[in-house]
Amino acid sequence: MLDLTWLIPALPLAGFLVLVVLGKRLGEPLAGWLATAAVGGSFVASVVVFAGLVGEPSESRAFSQVLFEWVPAGGFSVDVGFLADPLSMTMCLFITGIATLIHLYAIGYMHGDPRFSKFFLYLNLFVFSMLMLVLGDNLLITFLGWEGVGACSYFLISFWHESDANASAGKKAFVTNRIGDWGYMVAMFLTFTALGSIQYTDIIEGAGGLAASTATAIALLLLVGAAGKSAQIPLFVWLPDAMAGPTPVSALIHAATMVTSGVYLLTRMSPVLAAADDWVTTVIAVIGVLTALVAATIAVGQTDIKKVLAYSTISQLGYMFLAVGSGAYVAAIFHMVTHAFFKALMFLGSGSVIHGLGDEQDMRRMGALRKLLPITAITYLVGWLAIAGVPPFSGFWSKDEILLFAYEKSPILWFLGLVTALLTAFYMSRQVFLTFFGTPRWDRPLEEAVPELARERGLLPAGGDVVDDADADEADAPTVANVYESGHLPHGIGPKESIEPHESPWTMTLPLVVLAVLALAGGAIQLPFSSSTKRLEEWLLPVVEVGEHHLTSPTDTKWFLGGAAVVAGIVGIAIAAVLYLRRRYEDQPASPLILLKGWYYDSSIAAFMGGPGRKGFDAVAWFDRTIVDGAVNGVAFLVRTGGGGLRRTQTGFVRAYAGFLTAGAIAVVLVMVLRGALL
Amino acid sequence: MGRTGVNPVTLLVAAAGTVLVILGTWLIGVEPTVFGAAGAIVLGGAAGVVLNRNPVHAALSLVATLFGIAVLFVAMEANFLAAVQVIVYAGAIVVLFLFVIMLLGVDSADDLDTDPLVGQRPVAIVLGVLMAAGLVAVVVTSTITGAPQSGAGWVRDGDDISQIGRLLFSDHLFAFEITSLLLVIAVVGAVVLARTAKGVQIDQDEPVASLPGDPILVDEDGES
Amino acid sequence: MLAAAVSPGWYLSLAAVLFSVGAVGVMVRRNPLVMFMCVELMLNAVNLTFVTFARDLDDVGGQVVVFFVLVVAAAEVVIGLGIIVSILRRRPSATADDASLLRG
Repeated sequence: MLDLTWLIPALPLAGFLVLVVLGKRLGEPLAGWLATAAVGGSFVASVVVFAGLVGEPSESRAFSQVLFEWVPAGGFSVDVGFLADPLSMTMCLFITGIATLIHLYAIGYMHGDPRFSKFFLYLNLFVFSMLMLVLGDNLLITFLGWEGVGACSYFLISFWHESDANASAGKKAFVTNRIGDWGYMVAMFLTFTALGSIQYTDIIEGAGGLAASTATAIALLLLVGAAGKSAQIPLFVWLPDAMAGPTPVSALIHAATMVTSGVYLLTRMSPVLAAADDWVTTVIAVIGVLTALVAATIAVGQTDIKKVLAYSTISQLGYMFLAVGSGAYVAAIFHMVTHAFFKALMFLGSGSVIHGLGDEQDMRRMGALRKLLPITAITYLVGWLAIAGVPPFSGFWSKDEILLFAYEKSPILWFLGLVTALLTAFYMSRQVFLTFFGTPRWDRPLEEAVPELARERGLLPAGGDVVDDADADEADAPTVANVYESGHLPHGIGPKESIEPHESPWTMTLPLVVLAVLALAGGAIQLPFSSSTKRLEEWLLPVVEVGEHHLTSPTDTKWFLGGAAVVAGIVGIAIAAVLYLRRRYEDQPASPLILLKGWYYDSSIAAFMGGPGRKGFDAVAWFDRTIVDGAVNGVAFLVRTGGGGLRRTQTGFVRAYAGFLTAGAIAVVLVMVLRGALL
Repeated sequence: MGRTGVNPVTLLVAAAGTVLVILGTWLIGVEPTVFGAAGAIVLGGAAGVVLNRNPVHAALSLVATLFGIAVLFVAMEANFLAAVQVIVYAGAIVVLFLFVIMLLGVDSADDLDTDPLVGQRPVAIVLGVLMAAGLVAVVVTSTITGAPQSGAGWVRDGDDISQIGRLLFSDHLFAFEITSLLLVIAVVGAVVLARTAKGVQIDQDEPVASLPGDPILVDEDGES
Repeated sequence: MLAAAVSPGWYLSLAAVLFSVGAVGVMVRRNPLVMFMCVELMLNAVNLTFVTFARDLDDVGGQVVVFFVLVVAAAEVVIGLGIIVSILRRRPSATADDASLLRG
């Protein structure tokens, strides 16, 4: 049964290839069903392999399957091989499971899109890359998947590339990821230099013998790579812009799978992290908690439903990094799984809302949708309670575990994590109340519903400050008339008096229900009450035991911390209820500008790159043109002039040639004389 | 027309030479004297070849050199070679040279005063001096270490012809045959080169083929 | 009377000088026939060297080589003069400097 490991990535790859060739002909919806079947088959294969692995005793739960030799380069040899061990199978299970549900959802969501089959082609390719990433048995295969998911993310974010904003969002994601990729690559090179191999089995064996400085360097470089992929400070700027892609993309890539690759990488390389200096893990934890906090504050001020979820994702990823830095690898993976459930659920739910409202994404134009979209609303509420950390939903258990380990690392980290939990509960509740409760605002003309939005878009004469929204990258401000004529309405523009919000078809609501169940019950895999209920920890421990920190707090501390987390969640919900549920819309506070603009981080990067950055690039270009090209051209010039000079010896006169002959002969004679004299 | 009769300078030189030879034989022995005299002839002839304006005079100086070389061959007991030298070189090759000179009517095509190639003359002289000095230095500073080839030992019984012949037809048979082939090719080549295109007798004002750069001449019939 | 043998070094030196004179002649003269004669000078110098060594080393092989040199020189003269004749027939005033098509 374990031999079927290769099937897990092979099925999505086959789906991709078939869709490349036959996609257009299959058309809608057959292409979607084919892609879903491919990923579904992959999920079945994962379950089979998982069952096989469970059957093994816990010490020998690592199955290696080598397909063929990929890079036979003398002393450096890399095979295409898979490593099925508890960590990779856990990842495979939830990746393929959630991917199947999202594929199903996308059949309904992408209905009517002219490039339907191409979407599923990219999705399948993405799943293939992600599976290669987690199943690979060496750093290079993982890197193959790493790059693959980055490329697919680019394709999918800029799927509707007719709009410049979408295309630039895709580019931004790719370029920011590239910076992280540099860190990954150098870490890979260093690992090879230090250990002579990049296979995980060899790394785990040899990590203990690494010099602390080497391990530190590798760990920091891996952190750079992970920070790029998992949107941590300072490389998180691409994720909010990535919301320009279709919602299934946001759910799959930017909530459940690709962004978790960084955490996976750090967990996989935990022996190296353990061998590094102690301050490295502290740095990871600090970066994680700061990212969590900052992203949460930004999420408080967002008005786009998907942007809130994007910043929320960044924040939750920060929690996972905090866990990794505190030595809580099991907790990080636990939170990864539960986060995948409830975040994908909420993204798909928001997609359902957007679909039902005719592509409206601004929360200020929603409201009172819980009766009109019942299934969406109920499932969304489940996800909301999970992320807010309300027991017994899954999010509570995972978040609490992370906070526990953080407390043992440093109470300051714990406190910041607690504040973030409060903010999380607050902004998620705000989102829920604005969207599903309150008064309906989607039936009013735009100018009435959101005056400042209308002014932003230039649809009203400017009164007060004209805010240049960083989201509106279009060159000319759209007017009401030309927006209606453009056909596919860009989001959130124009009065939509004729909308009738409707519930989504079963292909979209079934995944929501499944994910809601998982978000509710998913905590069961790692309940902290006794070691028999800590099933995930027992499952993963052989893989992460080198770096795993073991809790030392007494039980009452654990109860206290758990209680504090619950209290923080409830306080956050309560504040949001007071501000957004009880008051009329006109009395609710507006978003503070600085939070809306994300502390101006993104715009300052853009300004820097446009100004001093551009000067730097010009200098480099000048250097390349003048010095590098000059050197190359200079060599050519020298050769040409030298040749031109030497050409003059070819006089064509036989007597001159005879002279040269004689001179040569004299040289030989000279050599003989000198040799004789020296000898 | 100058006067006929013996040039007094020639007489003086001949007399001085004779005196020198007799003196040398008495003072320093036969072979060194022979070497000195023959060497002088050789170098004098060589100088004459290089310096004489008239090609005929140059050819005759060459003959003098060849004679001197033949004398030196005899001094080194290579009698057969001396004879062959005189017969083949002086008797055939130089005659061939003279035939060609006469045939083509080349008188003084060389202008020894100036050289069209800039710097060729001083450079040539310098190179020549360097080469002579170098070779002499090699000769002077080194010792001959070679050993006689086995089986080719030269028995000094005055019969070098048979020894040369024996060697020629045993060890060097292949080279001998090739050389004879070479001679055949040379003869064929000479006949081909000397032939004209259509077998027409060559006249000075009727070129048959033209070299690039030649003006195209037209004869009376209008053919070029 | 001293019957001292002349050491081979003298003969070799003479051959060296003769060779150099021939080389200078090739470089200085422009008339193709005279240049050819200077080449013959060089060949003779070589012959002298070979015979000197033949005597000194008691090896007849040296003389055999001279024999071959002589034969080849004869063949060379035949062809060379044939070429010179065919060139000088067309252009009686041709010198060695006129064959400069190889000029780069």
